Amino acid sequence: MKKKYKIATLILSCLVSVVGSIFIILRSDIPVLDPKGWIAQQEKDLLITTSLLLLIVIIPVFVFTLGFAYHYRENNPDARHEPNWEHNSIAECLWWGVPVFIILILSILTWKTTHQLDPFRPLDSTKEPVEVQVVALQWKWLFIYPKEGIATVNFLQFPENTPVNFTLTGDAPMNSFWIPRLGGQIYAMSGMRSKLHLIANEIGDFRGRAAHINGKGFAGMVFTARASSEEDFYSWGESVRNEGSLLDFASYQELAKPSQYVPVQYYTVNEDLFEKIIDQYKTPKLK
Amino acid sequence: MLGRLGLEALKHDWIEYMAGVSIVGGGLFILVIITYFKLWKVLWKDWITSVDHKKIGIMYIVVAFLMLIKGLIDAIMMRAQQAIAVGASHGYLGEDHYQQIFTAHGAAMIFFVAMGAIFGIINLILPLQIGARDVAFPFLNNLSFWLFASGGFMIIVSLVIGVFAGTGWTCYPPLALPKYNPGVGVDYWLWSVQISGIGSLLSGINFLVTILKMRCPGMRLMRMPVFVWSVLATVVLVFVAFPILTANLGLLFTDRLFSTRFFDAAYGGNPMIYVNLFWAWGHPEVYILILPTFGMFSEIVPVFSRKRLFGYASMVWAILAILVLSFIVWLHHFFTMGGGPKVNAFFGIMTMVIAIPTGVKIFNWLFTMFRGKVQFSSPMHWFLGFVILFTIGGVAGVMLALPGIDFQLHNSLFLVAHFHTVIIGGVLFGFFAGFTFWFPKFTGFTLDEKLGKRAFWCWLIGFLLAFMPLYLLGFMGATRRLNRYDVADWQPLFIIAFIGVWFVFAGVGLQFLQIFRSVLTRKERIDTTGDPWDARNLEWSTTSPPPVYNFATIPSVEGRDAFWESKKTGKPLSQGPLEDIVMPKNTACGFIIGFLSFVFSFAMVWYIFWLAIASLVGILAAVIYRVYGEEHEYVIPKEELEKRL
Repeated sequence: MKKKYKIATLILSCLVSVVGSIFIILRSDIPVLDPKGWIAQQEKDLLITTSLLLLIVIIPVFVFTLGFAYHYRENNPDARHEPNWEHNSIAECLWWGVPVFIILILSILTWKTTHQLDPFRPLDSTKEPVEVQVVALQWKWLFIYPKEGIATVNFLQFPENTPVNFTLTGDAPMNSFWIPRLGGQIYAMSGMRSKLHLIANEIGDFRGRAAHINGKGFAGMVFTARASSEEDFYSWGESVRNEGSLLDFASYQELAKPSQYVPVQYYTVNEDLFEKIIDQYKTPKLK
Repeated sequence: MLGRLGLEALKHDWIEYMAGVSIVGGGLFILVIITYFKLWKVLWKDWITSVDHKKIGIMYIVVAFLMLIKGLIDAIMMRAQQAIAVGASHGYLGEDHYQQIFTAHGAAMIFFVAMGAIFGIINLILPLQIGARDVAFPFLNNLSFWLFASGGFMIIVSLVIGVFAGTGWTCYPPLALPKYNPGVGVDYWLWSVQISGIGSLLSGINFLVTILKMRCPGMRLMRMPVFVWSVLATVVLVFVAFPILTANLGLLFTDRLFSTRFFDAAYGGNPMIYVNLFWAWGHPEVYILILPTFGMFSEIVPVFSRKRLFGYASMVWAILAILVLSFIVWLHHFFTMGGGPKVNAFFGIMTMVIAIPTGVKIFNWLFTMFRGKVQFSSPMHWFLGFVILFTIGGVAGVMLALPGIDFQLHNSLFLVAHFHTVIIGGVLFGFFAGFTFWFPKFTGFTLDEKLGKRAFWCWLIGFLLAFMPLYLLGFMGATRRLNRYDVADWQPLFIIAFIGVWFVFAGVGLQFLQIFRSVLTRKERIDTTGDPWDARNLEWSTTSPPPVYNFATIPSVEGRDAFWESKKTGKPLSQGPLEDIVMPKNTACGFIIGFLSFVFSFAMVWYIFWLAIASLVGILAAVIYRVYGEEHEYVIPKEELEKRL
């Protein structure tokens, strides 16, 4: 009776957790698994392929673990016992060999996709890309559109189906730039210049955030990345140019001071602001 | 006079005061208990000054358990915050406090719980398994422990005096530089890790020499138990990797105190050097923790399957493969830093290659059960739990090894779930299995099995509840180290994780109850044979607990599983005559140097330079006294041994 009760509890709890997990997964919004851009789509496909390949290892391990433990339990009279059986060349070759084979496939996949998904690689497209310069600050993101001559804080807009070329730097502790629905992270570091190439295949508002701890206001470093139609993008750019005040280097330095939960702001800029920000880290200024 | 130290250092919010009060109160309570039961003399003579590897091992484990409670309380506080801090809610913890908690949690768990548990078991068992009477350098062993304990004590002190770092346990510059973190937090972290790291390095050298030089006659390398092999690989890793950490922390220290600008981009320095050096130590460190666990399971599974270990040679080669590979994978911690695709792909592939020897080990354990007679003792429970969790964690690790996937999951909660799965499911489950398995060896009685199994189920269920939601949260775009978030969808998952943490807490509670009850009812489970599990290796051939000299006569072996063979054939392990035994003498120097290292570190944190210099002079004096002024050995004469036997 007691054993029955235990088994019933076990089955019931498994059932509850499986149903519960499915329920949670279905009603949740899962950006990495529901991508809206080509890069993120590739990254998701890679994730799925890899998971399937790895099931070749997981399933035997789970089956053997539970099966052997059950079948070779001490009080099973039907189980063979060979206390000195300690070596079998075929078996050992098998579990050196099969993983080697899987890893070989994964290695080829890794080599290929690492080149294909390299954040520094420009995307192929017939459309001319939008250039955005990103500055990670304490604790907000500054986005500069050098061609359009505008800048925004914690808000990003670009046309759909058009590559966006990000050039990133920091004027704060090291940070990591992430828009889960569009794809991969890259670090933003002071005095350095890193690149990230993304594209959105649909119109929509996507969440972006800082992924590397950079001090007190880290949790509030979120922004919205809006993919819109081309006309909307240009009219938005126009309105920013009309609305925004000039962000020169002096007012930039005011902006760069630590602040938290900064609302969206619009500026106009001169083309060389980004270079000036990086150059702060290049001038020799030892006293 | 007191450097930066002023009354302000004691100012905290009320939650921190509560932590401080409970720590000071708990400390005072222990002191009162010790005084009331007049235990000071015993404590000093038999424990603090002891150079006996078995006592030092127990002290390591005590510290690891205490720090585990501290780390677990940190975890509960973090998850409680995340369970409520959604949308407009700020939760109950301020940003600064929350960030200190996760930093302290990481530092305590890695440097003091995992390292303490591993070094504890190594100390207890390794000399016994190779048939030695002690380690190669017994005094150094005592000193290593006290440096380790001083480092841990630094974290505790930071709760009461000043603050701890809020930078995450990796303390990357530029965030860790004075420009962004001028306070004492980073210094507390730095000196805590530095002092305990030097202790680990000394310990590593000690065990390396012990294994290479002190094996009993006949124990050739390929006859060593797999646990000894795993420790050999671990200490080689310690020996090579820890100096990198020490040097890196040294650079960070001079950057902070003397503005040397090694890591300051504004003056020609480069923080990426720190990140590289940190992980050049940090990745081998992961294997420093996990390899001894592999070794422990290689001892436990054959015993409870009543069968020889399957594929000994494979096991050894797998360990050596991991040893080499663990040094060429560190870059996978920062694919997102912008290394070229060729560099990223190389390190990604190397990382996946490590999965091969690890998988081989798992299959060898499973085939040790195959055609065995499996006894479901609590160590086997931990083993089965380990296989399931470690496989999940390992597979998540292989996924993260592909740069293309890592770009999406770097620093997300998926990553957090991954490394908790391998470190809890691997290192901690292994330690608990080993602790239960070898407990009768160093106490003379076994642990209560029923409570042990209940603790296991609490841990397993708690683990699944606490970390499975985190995998999903990673896919949902949640990063680590968030004290607030604005996505309502995440909250139910954080609440499940919060519930899970309480199950784990209950598991630890049951483990304490288990130890407590086992001590009270020890007469029922007393072990008079020295071999309660009908086990296989030399540590079980001596009495439980072993005498201070371990073996009255040194055993000599003719193959693997020497004790098992000797039980079967009836041929004794050693026929030599009794001889006088020379044993190392207890010394206070290790404790004094450890204590002065703590004073030195504390002084360096608060810039009390006269005190730092004074404690350095004190350390030097203690070393000189140890070398020239003290007798190091004593003799247990043959006649007394005869009386004891």
